[in-house]
Amino acid sequence: MKIGVFVCHCGENIGKTVDCATVAQRAAKIPGVAYSVDNKYMCSDPGQNVIKNAIREKKLDAVVVASCSPHMHEKTFRKAAADAGINKYLCEIANVREQCSWVHDNIPDATDKALDLVRIAVEKVKRNIPLTAIRVPVTKRALVIGGGISGIQAALDIANSGFEVVLVEKEPSIGGHMSQLSETFPTLDCSQCILTPRMVEVYQHPKIKLLTYSEVEKVEGFIGNFTVTIKKKARSIDEEKCTGCGLCIQKCPIKKKAFNEFEEGLATRPAIYVPFPQAVPNIPVIDRSVCTYYQTGKCQMCLKVCGREAILFEQQDTLVTEEVGSIVIATGYKLYSIDKKPEDSEIKGYGEYGYGKYKDVIDGLQFERIASASGPTNGEILRPSDKTQPKKIVFIQCVGSRDEQKGFSYCSKICCMYTAKHAMLYKHKVHDGEAYVFYMDIRAGGKMYEEFVRRAIEEDGVKYIRGRVSKIYRQNGKYIVKGEDTIAGMPVVIDADMVVLATAMVAQPNASKLAQTIGVPYDKYGFYQEVHPKLRPVEVSTAGVFLAGACQSPKDIPESVAMASAAAAKSLVLFGSDYLEREPTVAVVNEANCAGCFYCLKVCPYNAIEKKEVKNKLGEIIDYIAHVNAGLCQGCGTCNATCPSKSIELIGFNDEQIYAEINAFSESFV
Amino acid sequence: MSTHHSANTTLSNEIFSNTSLNVLQCYQCGKCSAGCPVRNFMIDAPNQVVRYVQLGFDDKALTSSTIWICASCQTCSTRCPQNFDIAKFMDAMRETALNKGIKPSEKDSMEFHKAFLNQIENHGRAYELGLVRDYKLKTLNLMQDVEVAPEMLMKGKLNILPHNVKDKKPVKKIFAKSKGGRK
Repeated sequence: MKIGVFVCHCGENIGKTVDCATVAQRAAKIPGVAYSVDNKYMCSDPGQNVIKNAIREKKLDAVVVASCSPHMHEKTFRKAAADAGINKYLCEIANVREQCSWVHDNIPDATDKALDLVRIAVEKVKRNIPLTAIRVPVTKRALVIGGGISGIQAALDIANSGFEVVLVEKEPSIGGHMSQLSETFPTLDCSQCILTPRMVEVYQHPKIKLLTYSEVEKVEGFIGNFTVTIKKKARSIDEEKCTGCGLCIQKCPIKKKAFNEFEEGLATRPAIYVPFPQAVPNIPVIDRSVCTYYQTGKCQMCLKVCGREAILFEQQDTLVTEEVGSIVIATGYKLYSIDKKPEDSEIKGYGEYGYGKYKDVIDGLQFERIASASGPTNGEILRPSDKTQPKKIVFIQCVGSRDEQKGFSYCSKICCMYTAKHAMLYKHKVHDGEAYVFYMDIRAGGKMYEEFVRRAIEEDGVKYIRGRVSKIYRQNGKYIVKGEDTIAGMPVVIDADMVVLATAMVAQPNASKLAQTIGVPYDKYGFYQEVHPKLRPVEVSTAGVFLAGACQSPKDIPESVAMASAAAAKSLVLFGSDYLEREPTVAVVNEANCAGCFYCLKVCPYNAIEKKEVKNKLGEIIDYIAHVNAGLCQGCGTCNATCPSKSIELIGFNDEQIYAEINAFSESFV
Repeated sequence: MSTHHSANTTLSNEIFSNTSLNVLQCYQCGKCSAGCPVRNFMIDAPNQVVRYVQLGFDDKALTSSTIWICASCQTCSTRCPQNFDIAKFMDAMRETALNKGIKPSEKDSMEFHKAFLNQIENHGRAYELGLVRDYKLKTLNLMQDVEVAPEMLMKGKLNILPHNVKDKKPVKKIFAKSKGGRK
């Protein structure tokens, strides 16, 4: 075997500490090395040509490039080797930058170490065999989880490119939080007016299969080949028969019992309901926890009035299986609850702001409903306790956000803007009212955002006070808000009629459960973790899974929509080819040797080990042995190290290769 | 919290080495000042005193009356979103000021602290009447707060004789130890 060694200076990165010419000279003496040379920039075009020409002219069988980390340029050099006609897996990288020149300063020692690293790589490449990439087919169909604005956008973009989409939403209607908003910053256009056409488009799209009131139960498979099990929760309605006439809803005797989720508890709803008038699909659902029939066995009023016999009291949850190639997660956020903290939660509540005990101390989404023309007050600003118009209103920013003590150190990003909007809407509707905003910093980065905040201050006369509120308490029918104007250095006390808390955006309570189902990493707050915060913001470490919207971190609508389109584009990249190429450096099982102990199955972080049946001549199952799903295997080698009978080999990193590397290294001590 | 300290001013370093408090943790939201029950008696708000130390205006901070008006009720520390213990900071400021020989701008406040500690040293616990006696003799504020005395007596809050703790030795020991090096 004739091996070529190519030593890169990486400008001064390697050359400053490692004597590259010496390394090349001494490498020539390693048995098997037929040619060796150094170059200032091996990754440059001329540098790559040095490799290509040497392979052709010296008839090399394999090459070792001593350069930066494989993560940086292994791909580059393997491609160069392949271009010159040798199998790309016969090109090995000796990392003499990150693992040598960057961490040492003594030139002779670093040079010796670089030579060791080259010798190790040479001994390995001698034992490398030509490999071919694994080809797996791609199912050109996407799953989108979450039907808020992010999920809607991602689904529409993929579907409009001609590929099928399965859109799963856990609530009875799509629309998400955006459907609850009154008007949107910084243009003050009506949220529903811009959202509902998109919702209808989803519903009518021939390429989109919409599954509302459904949740993802199980995800199996790998990029291009996912099998997803979805639970369709029982609506108690025959979706085919229902026309959405709404008669059942009008006649339901349970009028004032049920908590209205859409109105954030500011109104009630019947037991059979659609979340809001523009719901998509316009099919009701029965809330069995409050329905008289389910509680007492009597009533059935809805069934009596339904002209189409569409009420199905006996309907069960059903499981649906879908085959998809990519998954877009767009599960959104929740608002930090100002109510007393749940028992098992580590999150602290805001005792000093009255937990949830003051009716007129509300959160941002509740104010959205009050300001909304379709809300419980028909858009009139009336406080919840006595339905009077508040003449003095206080908005407090950063409630939960940027609060180490309550468990959230991050900025929720959107509160500065929506608080400015709230104060503005209030001033537009209550002309003689006074609006105060307590803030710590104004974060209005975005097109027309700063201008929007200035407009609230300069044109609408909203009074901004820089300081955090310490306490809210009741006195003579007023809510006393105690703050400090830290700019003036003066205490501020406001006797308000109503207080709106801009509470933090937090991850969905079951975010970690879904993450574990799909295999997505998440941060300590429960937000999903992207691969790279700058260069790969919508991808996660599980290939074929993409993120959109606030499930990744707090985001406003424009950002969520942009991210959703990005996630759709990533799916479409995948759908652009019929086959996917995957690294052949995966584990394989020596079936004759495997004892079926399945230690490998327990340790595999990628669920790539399967149980394979062993049958006798009569076709009866007599045993189970391990089998590696090459599509899922990431070549980490954990199974290889664990297997007690040494029945698993990691191709490209087998025991012989590893021992050869260790022996080559130990030579330097002789 | 073992935050690395980098404000790097004389006073901030001193406070950090004595108490592990990092003044840079404060992001100046003013919630401490907003909730302070004695804020109205202060010229500098509590957050402003922290600010002086952040900026290295050590004298301005140490001579501020705020550190002596602070009643150590700890409302600020309880509500601080950054978990910065302002009450402890104020304590450290008082101690530093005394060590540097800076006269407390609120002399009476200093006498109150001393009178209170006297009771603890002598009885192992608070003795209200002794506190009142020592404080008033020192400051000659003889008529201060007398109107609340009858009600406190009625409610049994003012005992004529002190109630001593069973074993006063450990308390004496603590005092002896902490007094070392200071008058």
